[in-house]
Amino acid sequence: MGRPITVTVNGEKTSAEVEPRLLLVHFIRERLRLTGTHIGCDTTHCGACTVLFDGVPVKSCTMLAVQADGRQLTTVEALHAGGALHPIQAAFKEEHGLQCGFCTPGMMMSSFALLAENPDPTEEEIRWALSGNICRCTGYMNIVKAVRAAAVQMKEAAAVPAGAATGS
Amino acid sequence: MAIETPLKGFVGESIKRKEDDRFIRGKGNYVDDITLPGMLHMAILRSPFAHARIRSIDASAAQALPGVVAVVTGELLAQHKLAWMPTLSGDTQAVLATDKVRFQGQEVACVIATDPYVARDALPLIEVDYEVLPAVVDPHKALQPDAPLIRDEKEGQTSNHIYHWEAGDKAKTEEAFAKADRVVTLETFYPRCHPSPVETCGIVADVNPATGHATLYLTSQAPHAHRTLFAIVAGLPEQNIRIISPDIGGGFGNKVPIYPGYVVATAASLLIGKPVKWVEDRSENLISTGFARDFHMKGEMAVRNDGRILGLRVKLLSDNGAFYADAQPSKVRAGLFHIVTGSYDVPAAHVEADGAYTNKAPGGVAYRCSFRVTEASYLIERLVETAAIELGKDPADLRIKNFIQPDQFPYKSATGFEYDSGQYEKALRLALEKVGYEDLRKEQAEKRKKGELMGIGIASFTEVVGAGPGKHYDIAGLRMFDSAELRVHPTGKAILKLGVRSQGQGHETTFAQIVAEELGIPAADVEVQEGDTDNTPYGLGTYASRSTPVGGAATAVVSRKLRDKAKKIAAHLLEASDEDIEFDHGKFFVRGSPSKSKTIQDVAFAAYTNLPDGMEAGLEGVTYYDPPNFTFPFGTYLVVVDIDRGTGQVKVRRMVAVDDCGVRINPMIVEGQIHGGLAEGFGIAFMQLITFDEEGNCLGSNFTDYLLPTSWETPKFETYETVTPSPHHPIGAKGIGESATVGSPAAFVNAVIDAVGHLGIKNIDMPVTSDKIWTALQAAGAAE
Ligand code: FES
Ligand code: FES
Repeated sequence: MGRPITVTVNGEKTSAEVEPRLLLVHFIRERLRLTGTHIGCDTTHCGACTVLFDGVPVKSCTMLAVQADGRQLTTVEALHAGGALHPIQAAFKEEHGLQCGFCTPGMMMSSFALLAENPDPTEEEIRWALSGNICRCTGYMNIVKAVRAAAVQMKEAAAVPAGAATGS
Repeated sequence: MAIETPLKGFVGESIKRKEDDRFIRGKGNYVDDITLPGMLHMAILRSPFAHARIRSIDASAAQALPGVVAVVTGELLAQHKLAWMPTLSGDTQAVLATDKVRFQGQEVACVIATDPYVARDALPLIEVDYEVLPAVVDPHKALQPDAPLIRDEKEGQTSNHIYHWEAGDKAKTEEAFAKADRVVTLETFYPRCHPSPVETCGIVADVNPATGHATLYLTSQAPHAHRTLFAIVAGLPEQNIRIISPDIGGGFGNKVPIYPGYVVATAASLLIGKPVKWVEDRSENLISTGFARDFHMKGEMAVRNDGRILGLRVKLLSDNGAFYADAQPSKVRAGLFHIVTGSYDVPAAHVEADGAYTNKAPGGVAYRCSFRVTEASYLIERLVETAAIELGKDPADLRIKNFIQPDQFPYKSATGFEYDSGQYEKALRLALEKVGYEDLRKEQAEKRKKGELMGIGIASFTEVVGAGPGKHYDIAGLRMFDSAELRVHPTGKAILKLGVRSQGQGHETTFAQIVAEELGIPAADVEVQEGDTDNTPYGLGTYASRSTPVGGAATAVVSRKLRDKAKKIAAHLLEASDEDIEFDHGKFFVRGSPSKSKTIQDVAFAAYTNLPDGMEAGLEGVTYYDPPNFTFPFGTYLVVVDIDRGTGQVKVRRMVAVDDCGVRINPMIVEGQIHGGLAEGFGIAFMQLITFDEEGNCLGSNFTDYLLPTSWETPKFETYETVTPSPHHPIGAKGIGESATVGSPAAFVNAVIDAVGHLGIKNIDMPVTSDKIWTALQAAGAAE
């Protein structure tokens, strides 16, 4: 039988009735049709399904949708809210941090969480923070580079006083 | 502020990838993202046993579960002659088991339901009465006379032996061995591993009962070939089948075969009249889809005491699982394994290969590899290392002594290949210089005195990629050409359609760059389309590093065809004669007066508006390119490791990779391909293992047991290049997607052996885990 839940997804409140056994990733992908969150293993290994749960990266393949009741979810689709690319997205493209793109949303969400907590991570710290996300294409070199580049970008953007960044 | 000239995307420019824009926004479109109205979901019941007779299947309880639409069994398929299908190696494979199951995880029945959860709920309700039979998981045992017969349904099949195949000259090789000062021997097992792209395999089959049209959204590296095979297997008219291979989340060979799930989903959609989706889970992917390697190899090398190689003799036994389903050209039996003489001038060689059935999953896909070139490259590079240890020679010197020299190309190998071009010593020397080889050897000697273990591993590999030519190489009879269709529109923008299919290699960017180079249309103005059989010219697909060698060549050739027509139009516009028109990166001008010129855009417009008399309108063309030969990418990989005597743990300190893939179209993308391949090579050398217990239970059925390298353990890579163009490829490119996976495992293992060889440890088979190293050290009395 269905259970009512209310979840704030990418800033918008959504109510739904879900089976208690429905996996969070299926709720996101099938019910909300936010298909940027991927499934690569369904056993908490690959990280393709990573989303932010109250700001903390979680693997949505091993959580139930009902656990998200009353919580905040952020998926890859929120990164370019307002139309502009987030520096992490821009850096993944710029540094060639993706190939098939399947791991990319999860990678970017883990990177987002890392940079929120540690705005200036070392390469080692990045490699550790992303070690729950598997990529089979890139060998991680350029992903690490992309996260470093995003960190620098974000720091520079934060250093610019509000309103001063127009014109060039 | 300096004004940067925007890149046009000519060959050699590292422009950013066009495909990234959708992926970084989470807007890729993979098979599992496709949802059609009224779509049903399929789940597969798989065998828990490796070998068992099916006495009966009772699906009534499953059928009665609310939400279940149909249960498909082998018996039902047999009524439609679909219970068995042909494999890519001329064998047959069960779609759903009727008589016996022959490996754990084999497809037994399928449930089609309105909801994916319900489809899964129904699986345990299907009652299968099995009579368990003895299983055999070791190919040596499988070939013993008392082994259980796995393929008892095959007429005339009285043992588990599949094929015997030879290459090279046996008599000449025996002569070479008779003259040798010594014979260096290495017996090694290249274990079974699995490509494991992050996206698993799947299909959405949509057969329209009113029209009979089947649209299949498929995780397919070879959509055109798959369409033809579907037409043959399912007896559907080919024009009614449309395969759409949407974005693919990595392939690495795993998405080359046709899997039973695809066939059943299509049959179910046909019978029920609704779309059916099947996306396998990770365990299904690992236990039932195309594995790789599983080669038991014995290599012998005849050498002179001065280090010169005189001959090579190889015997191998391949474990093909329950069905011989290797994805490979039909005229070879062990892929292109006979490239095993590698980068060396080996006067005589002979290869003998046998294949055996076992109660394991079928497959034998070329995992980031051109049909068994990985196993070959591993064997020769490990053998050279072994020879160096036995002869007391430096492994770099030994290689240099035996390399095929630049003036020997085109070089005819002892097993029949004609190598196109190579500068092996140059690549090796660059790697030695970049790693600081001499200093490292000094350091190693110092460390050895103190009892510390440090190793330097080298692999100087040569690949053979880019199949055809079609007259020698075909898949299921389909010649291995590939195609490109180019349409230039009146405003000078273009669409390029290809028969190959990217799975992350960046075709949308790279192939646009070839058009940019040849026609001068900026890469940004060239849209590349692939994967839809209704909309692209026929081709054999993307695997075995054939996209750039074959599809890329087709792109260059079709662009040149259009350029020839464009020249004539330009001559007309410039009121000059055809012969006086010159072309340079998008500009046509009259020889001697470069100010009188027309752009490709002007010409494209004229192709639809202002043509010379008698000329057909339009600026379009299509080419089917049949390569005259393979291409032979090469390089040297160098690995430095430190090993902890107390734990056997290996730390990869350095990884230097010098690759020569001919002309690089987009160096950024090429480098990305190398990084990815090196990481997979690292995984294969140290972590990735699919193994089985005696009863045939797969022990690598999830990512807890089948270990893939993460960012944490993957070493950093230092990449360098040399450039030796392929003389027969229109733009001199050779292909790069697989070099690193082919070449690097031997470099990693050689580094480990280089560290412990002086203790008498000659070989440790992959994956080279800490416990194996520690055990070997222990046995040598050298563990701490
Ligand atoms: S799908 Fe969730 S971790 Fe792999
Ligand atoms: S880009 Fe393909 S898995 Fe990471």
